[in-house]
Amino acid sequence: MQMPPLDPAILERREEIVRALRAIVPGDGVIDDAESMRPYECDALSAYRQMPLVVVLPETVEQVSAILRYCQETGVKVVPRGAGTSLSGGSMPVGDAILLGLGKFNRILEVDYANRCARVQPGVTNLAISKAVEADGFYYAPDPSSQIACSIGGNVAENSGGVHCLKYGLTTNNLLGIEMVLMSGEVLRIGGKHLDTDDYDILGVMTGSEGLLGVVTEVTVRILRRPTTARAVLLGFPDEADAANCVAAVIGAGIIPAGMEMMDRDAIHCAEAFVKAGYPMDVDGLLIVELDGPQVEVDHLVDRVAAIAREHNASTVRTSSSEAERLLFWAGRKAAFPAVGQISPDYMCLDGSVPRRRLVEVLARMRELSKRHGLRVVNVFHAGDGNLHPLILFDANNPDELRRCEEFGADILRLCVEVGGVLTGEHGVGIEKRDLMGVQFEQIDLDQQMRVKCAFDPDHLLNPGKVFPRLRRCAELGRLTVLQGKIPFPDLPRF
Amino acid sequence: MSEILEPREPRDVQHIVEWALGEGKRLRIEGRGSKRALHAASEPAQLVSLRRLAGVIEYQPEELVLTARAGTRIADIEALLAQRNQMLAFEPPDLGAILGGADNDGSLGGTIACNLAGPRRISAGAARDHFLGFQATNGRGERFKSGGKVVKNVTGYDLSKLLAGSRGTLAILDEVTIKVMPAPEATGTLLVPCAADAEAIALLCRAMGSAHDVSGAAYLPASVAARSLVDELRRPGSGMTALRVEGVTPSVQARLAALEQAFGGGRSKMLDTLESRRLWRELRDARPLWAGTPSAARELWRLSVPPAAGAEVVARLRAGTAAIEPIYDWSGGLIWLSMATDAGNGEAIRAAVSACGGHCTPIRASSERHTDTTGPIAKLSQRIRESFDPRGIFA
Repeated sequence: MQMPPLDPAILERREEIVRALRAIVPGDGVIDDAESMRPYECDALSAYRQMPLVVVLPETVEQVSAILRYCQETGVKVVPRGAGTSLSGGSMPVGDAILLGLGKFNRILEVDYANRCARVQPGVTNLAISKAVEADGFYYAPDPSSQIACSIGGNVAENSGGVHCLKYGLTTNNLLGIEMVLMSGEVLRIGGKHLDTDDYDILGVMTGSEGLLGVVTEVTVRILRRPTTARAVLLGFPDEADAANCVAAVIGAGIIPAGMEMMDRDAIHCAEAFVKAGYPMDVDGLLIVELDGPQVEVDHLVDRVAAIAREHNASTVRTSSSEAERLLFWAGRKAAFPAVGQISPDYMCLDGSVPRRRLVEVLARMRELSKRHGLRVVNVFHAGDGNLHPLILFDANNPDELRRCEEFGADILRLCVEVGGVLTGEHGVGIEKRDLMGVQFEQIDLDQQMRVKCAFDPDHLLNPGKVFPRLRRCAELGRLTVLQGKIPFPDLPRF
Repeated sequence: MSEILEPREPRDVQHIVEWALGEGKRLRIEGRGSKRALHAASEPAQLVSLRRLAGVIEYQPEELVLTARAGTRIADIEALLAQRNQMLAFEPPDLGAILGGADNDGSLGGTIACNLAGPRRISAGAARDHFLGFQATNGRGERFKSGGKVVKNVTGYDLSKLLAGSRGTLAILDEVTIKVMPAPEATGTLLVPCAADAEAIALLCRAMGSAHDVSGAAYLPASVAARSLVDELRRPGSGMTALRVEGVTPSVQARLAALEQAFGGGRSKMLDTLESRRLWRELRDARPLWAGTPSAARELWRLSVPPAAGAEVVARLRAGTAAIEPIYDWSGGLIWLSMATDAGNGEAIRAAVSACGGHCTPIRASSERHTDTTGPIAKLSQRIRESFDPRGIFA
């Protein structure tokens, strides 16, 4: 993985930069010794790491603004970081950039039940929002699997999803407003407690921009009343194709489950050995379908899903009859990643999305690729929305295996695009899929995205080396050659 | 420049932009023109209509995805979806009649460019939330794509969000992919009479915070309810709150009963599926506000505010101006206002809205849309605009 070459002029100015940051953030908010910076050298894509130039942990929006203005004026790059749980290297440090940690922005500022929203600082964890409103029967819907650790600011940057986003949407569908700071130091308040805007939807484009456009310093999220009932149906299919077809049939019948997860044979066996969830071992495909809502609706839909599964040759059909049983059905799925960690020194988790009708074909071709690259792959995925999470098993201490793993991963993502899908459903591009952007997009598409980047960050100082394979200079992108003279279009109808 | 250009192919669109760049012309883009009055060009501009760039390209019901040309009629898409028991969950309003255009002639591209949404906005989102990807030509004459044709995708910037609500000022959409959803099997509505706006909004907010999955929460004051097409609203002669639930039949019945118990106060009525659809359709288009009233004398505005502040915003306006009629939707967060034509309306409304946070749009009014041009958001917006359209050819 190539990162941009370090700028020796910046490295030379390190002492001066540290001093300037200390003048903005007093006390222990600036970290510059190697030992204390070590925990920041990578995010959850831990195969790649680099020590930052210096770590700064501001506590106020004024400090964030002053830091960014200083960096803009003196040409210093900035990598923003929430909780550091990115699976795509979105917050991986860069050696000649300061790492701007938002961890001290950890307060819930306001809960407003009449308007069904909460105003929080970006360092608050995803789960902490739900915990803060739990006693009153509310929750925050998007639930990435790292929700115990990941921050809401990071969720905004990555447009995080989760098991329940089929029914409740991604982060972008659950935000009302943000406060953000541009590289210029300007502080913008976008949205609020009302819906939509009469201007351009800056909140919308900020969400999922992977820290390349601005630094979020406050978030207003929509909170929902927690459904009174949730039940899960565990379905086993001897034939994987039947499992995939069952997913389509459930949705075709007009049912949008709260979650619909699928596991392949290897994943089932791994998870069962690890947590003893009681999964059937003689099936090639396992589905967990969760229905939530009012009890009468859930009971009704559970029966319909079970009936559809039987029509699709399910050999196991079990509906949870207690909360404990529902959690047990989920235990195996939720432990799938650590379970795979038990059978392999390392694994790489991928994140492509495909049209669901191509699922069986994609799985078959993935197994061929597995043979060709000589590495095992285990599949768990959000089947409801076609979001795959293949786990490639490898040993990071073996350089050849890491290389083969990267190649195998790239082949899987190329396959996703080839069948009409995309490189990433919820983890983001980061550094991990950066060099594959050209598989999904033409240069003309990427140029338009980079021009939007120029509108926010004209010197390309925010989160360098991420998302774009090659960042073109704004002046170059802005050039426009106009063909003089009238271009005829006589065949156009007009009246 | 009175003739309208009507491209048939994306490549025609590119030719038009290249021509405008070469000749220094400005272009005004519209879908089918049903909402033309919403955005009058401030300078002379060549009108470009996408009405011939129409047709559904791909529809996969099980994928919950539909791709169509931008000029495709929303009504045609909804008819196609209905054959498979699906719908556009954001319930796009039909503003044709309000704006003096044709009924049911709004296009997919126009709906997205205005980021429209109906009563279900509070539970299902707006056009922006269902807009998955597109192909468009920017002001440089380059045809580019963004997003994708799958429901879950975070690859690259979400430019769909910028295009939604951009009113044709960033790029000319030609192909649009949207997320579609299953249509509910049944719909029911609980009607609770309520005399005062503030009391009604408080009830709506409590209902939205309940566990009964309310998908529509509106209030019509007595004079507005009197113009409803639905007998149960028209007859009682009082203001009426309406709570909608949708889903499978047993669930709708159970939730209606639960809502009645919690909020009915012994005075409520229920509407069945057919009558509910009638009511929420007329609310979607704000019909009771303008139907049967002479259009010239009254302005129509659309305000988005924090739901709980809805009644307060209207009270503030009533203190200064006589004869205001509102419909509250989105639990109080969306206010349709009808008021006597007055050059001062815009300023009064903006002051009332800014007191609680929100925005307002003149739908049929003497004042034009007000845009700030000095603040940091305005400056950023201008740079975003230039990133798509450096010469400012999209009027």
